[in-house]
Amino acid sequence: MPRDTLTGSRIRERRVLRGMKQADLARKAGISASYLNLIEHNRRRIGGKLLLSIAEILRVEPAALTEGAGAALIASLREAAADMPQVSAELDRVDEFAGRFPGWAQLLADSRTRVAQLERSLETLNDRMTHDPHLAASLHEMLSTVTAIRSAASILAEPGEVDAEWQARFHRNIYEDSARLAETSRGLVTYLEADESSPLETGAPQEELDAALEKAGHTVPELEAGADLDAALAKLGRGLSGPARGLLRGWLDRYASDAEALPLDRLRPAVEEHGPDPAALSAALGADPARIMRRLAAMPPEDLPTPVGLAICDSSGVLTYRKPLPDFPMPRFGAACPLWPLYRALSRPHVILAGPVMQVGRSGAVLWADALATPQAGPAVNADPLYQAQMLVRPLPQGTEPPATLPQLGVACRVCPRESCEGRREPSILASTRR
Amino acid sequence: MRGEDMGGQVLLIEDEPNIIEAIRFILSRDGWQVHTHSNGTDAAQIVRDRAPDVVILDVMLPGRSGYDILRELREDPAHSDLPVLMLTARGQSKDREMAERAGASRFMTKPFSNAEVLDAVRALSAQ
Repeated sequence: MPRDTLTGSRIRERRVLRGMKQADLARKAGISASYLNLIEHNRRRIGGKLLLSIAEILRVEPAALTEGAGAALIASLREAAADMPQVSAELDRVDEFAGRFPGWAQLLADSRTRVAQLERSLETLNDRMTHDPHLAASLHEMLSTVTAIRSAASILAEPGEVDAEWQARFHRNIYEDSARLAETSRGLVTYLEADESSPLETGAPQEELDAALEKAGHTVPELEAGADLDAALAKLGRGLSGPARGLLRGWLDRYASDAEALPLDRLRPAVEEHGPDPAALSAALGADPARIMRRLAAMPPEDLPTPVGLAICDSSGVLTYRKPLPDFPMPRFGAACPLWPLYRALSRPHVILAGPVMQVGRSGAVLWADALATPQAGPAVNADPLYQAQMLVRPLPQGTEPPATLPQLGVACRVCPRESCEGRREPSILASTRR
Repeated sequence: MRGEDMGGQVLLIEDEPNIIEAIRFILSRDGWQVHTHSNGTDAAQIVRDRAPDVVILDVMLPGRSGYDILRELREDPAHSDLPVLMLTARGQSKDREMAERAGASRFMTKPFSNAEVLDAVRALSAQ
């Protein structure tokens, strides 16, 4: 067991915490006070019987004196205790706690850091809503302009005498103000969009993974030409947290085995012939359609006749992978609209549910979705498989007529304008279209 | 009661030219004599000089906030009862509270309607 050089400091710390004088400890341990002083200042090494006896006198584990715990960890634990003095955490035994339960101690320290981070981003958001000068100024400007327009317009619209000269003036004012309103609102939208990415990205591992994959364009050249997992992990995983790297690792493993089973030079000619149709490609290549969907989503854009989107969810419906299309956005967190064929597939595993889909309020673009649920692993003995579902979204295949009526899907309830929907599970944050 | 019966005088302190134009028009048509001012810095002095029957005061003015102007006016016994209608672009209860504490007789949030302004001015002058 490596003994670090701070054993003396820890002895001193424990002694002070116990309110024991140096001379008393030295006497009980059978050494001189000056020798203990040298030990406590890390100028004499200590070990063996003397260490055991000092540990016993101080009523601590010897390991707590020799190994201690990382100073940073101890400091975090102390801060955590100071944050909530009402809990009366046993501060005098913090070393013992960290020494005996290093994992739990680290968990507590990390949780505290995370809480602090979240509190900070909450404050940031709160500040932004109430104090952001740009936001406040823009809104003020818009409301003033709207007021001017409303006043002038109602003078013109309501009964009452308005001579021609004044009429012309109010018409001109309305015209000018509406141009100004358009300008301000455009500026505000740009500002809000530009700002969207900055303070909120303190996300969960899944969000980190999503962001990393989006940045990489969902394709990993390193894994196409002979799998170099480490290089891919190093490149895509830069700056990710440990848990997010774990998710990334799993994703890359699957990518690598998909790429090995269906290399690009085999896939490319088949896609050229059949288009991005998982069922047709599966028949032509003799490959698993679920794997084909993932391969299509990972193909470089220049190899695809049309862009494709892909959503993957686990049995609970939570999205574990998302590659949206402009006409088919996907929620950034949690589960999507329950009307998606993706979820229907979970109740009809092993069947490719193919058909036209459309998202409400998306310029009426009709797309095509192929959804399929398959077990996550191979058959097990006397155990039900755990399914995951995938849904490939692509432009309407050539020669397919868009149907006259089509059930409209949403992105997720919170941002869905549909008012009566049996799938709704929480209210929308969008203002009602009906007044 | 219409403005002409009173020969009432309204001072509108607001910096948005097209709002000024519209409010001036509707109040004038109703018989009120309307003066306007667009700067916060000397607004309190203008109120003293003009001695209007009703003041319409915007909160966000260049130079000085409407709350400060109103507080200064209320400290002066001559203007402690002057009817003041405050205009603001923020309708939170916090702003309403601030307006009340500063001594506003009435409080109106943008975007308001012409009829609301007219009713408020009539009601305030009748007090």
